[in-house]
Amino acid sequence: MSPIVSIQNLSKQYASGFQALKNVDLDIEEGEILALLGPNGAGKTTLISIICGLVNATSGAAKVGGFDVVDDFREARSLIGLVPQEIALEPFQTVNDALRFTRGLFGKRQDDALAKSILEKLSLWDKRDTKTMELSGGMKRRVLIAKALCHEPRVLFLDEPTAGVDVELRKEMWDVVRQLKADGVTIILTTHYIEEAEEIADRVGVIHNGELLLVEKKATLMQRMGKRQMRIELMQQLASIPQSLASYNLDYTADDQTLTYSYEANGERTGIAALFADLSKAGLILRDVETRQSSLEDIFVGLVEDKS
Amino acid sequence: MNFQAVKSIYSFEMARFFRTLSQSLISPVLSTSLYFIVFGAAIGSRIEQIDGVSYGAFIVPGLIMLSVLTQSISNASFGIYFPKFLGSIYELHTAPVSFVEIVLGYVGAAATKSALIGLVILATATFFVDFHILHPVAMLAFLLLTCVSFSLFGFIIGVWSKNFEQLQMVPLLVITPLVFLGGSFYSISMLPPLWQTVTLFNPVVYLISGFRWAFFGAADINIGLSLAMIALFMFVCLGIIWWTFKTGYKIRT
Repeated sequence: MSPIVSIQNLSKQYASGFQALKNVDLDIEEGEILALLGPNGAGKTTLISIICGLVNATSGAAKVGGFDVVDDFREARSLIGLVPQEIALEPFQTVNDALRFTRGLFGKRQDDALAKSILEKLSLWDKRDTKTMELSGGMKRRVLIAKALCHEPRVLFLDEPTAGVDVELRKEMWDVVRQLKADGVTIILTTHYIEEAEEIADRVGVIHNGELLLVEKKATLMQRMGKRQMRIELMQQLASIPQSLASYNLDYTADDQTLTYSYEANGERTGIAALFADLSKAGLILRDVETRQSSLEDIFVGLVEDKS
Repeated sequence: MNFQAVKSIYSFEMARFFRTLSQSLISPVLSTSLYFIVFGAAIGSRIEQIDGVSYGAFIVPGLIMLSVLTQSISNASFGIYFPKFLGSIYELHTAPVSFVEIVLGYVGAAATKSALIGLVILATATFFVDFHILHPVAMLAFLLLTCVSFSLFGFIIGVWSKNFEQLQMVPLLVITPLVFLGGSFYSISMLPPLWQTVTLFNPVVYLISGFRWAFFGAADINIGLSLAMIALFMFVCLGIIWWTFKTGYKIRT
């Protein structure tokens, strides 16, 4: 199956000379949730702005549903819904009118049943006749989502959907996103919160300084990049790590009498059994053992450090 | 061509007009009435006829133009500037519309508004002075052409403005002098020869002259030339808008 979004060699240099994107290639499959992860200023917003038509690319091409976003902009944009980062609503418009306006821009007549179902899904039905300026911040954000959905897009872009959003709304938002995915909508979201990518995404793309460092299935990424660490707390203080344990590259912290051992989670041999045998041979008595998986955050920090 | 989008933009803009109906209509009507009282009745009664028309009646076309030009520019510039200011303009960029739909929607609505205001002022004028319109169809045509071309001009100002000051600046510093010096209150034949020549560089002269011809059959400038100049102005504006959208200047980064 051909990808729903296909980006080839996309670059963007702003008039100021700032290179926001460097030769980005990316294919996004229909129906997946892709998280674009990166720090502020990494190029996430520029990337989706080019696809959505807000920014002109300097070079390269992007296609949505097989349509070039510049040459066949009408067909391409008809497939896209965008929820922008900043809340930008016409203050005197009611929620219903806002949806009607957007749907009209996409060349479609008002569909009351659809509007109702979207507004209900986003807990906005009660507010349909309220002017947007009278809504709370969280509701305004949901109106933006409703607007992006009201023309039935096949690809939904969420730019920093949870910036400045409380826990409750964030949870609601993820419920909506999962529901959309179940309906077959492809979702691309940008975030600088690793937990978000970890929680919701099928695949994660890491952007840093305008470069797409990698795109991986979340699970693969965790497996490939994920290290496990074992913390071994000892009964006694050590002056130094015994020579017989040198090959394990252990770290010792004297404060809590703890040895730390890193190993590949999916390696063929973790070396744990041998380590325990050698610890015992060296006469060390264990108080406690704990293992942990590295988070996306650790992975991300590792990737960025590798590059720089 | 996405007609539904044109309709959406148009009706949304018209909704704004009707929401602020008192503001939209009362202020131009009131200020024009004051002009009629001061220039038409008070001062006009002491001024002799121009081209066989009483001064009070003579200024009617000019006063309508004064309001129509100002309103066309402010409606159209505000209409497109406000979403830019709010950030909601992103919707226009991400929707399957080209500049054609956007211009038809915004400029169409702005022109409709100012044409309505022009007609209301015309109706108001009948309370103050006696006149009758010699060529009503030509009058309407001139009115509409003016509304459209100056709404296009206002649209350009709205797209190019970076802040509210700039938005106000052009109407204030450019349009008001052009309108006042464009023969709203006098016939340009009243000017010294040098100034008559200078005046010919003022596009508003052609509008007012043509519009006045439609009322009274007498004009400072040949009616064909008037029409040609309005058409030229309109095409220049269209060209600038086309170029602005094509290059993304001030619109896309």
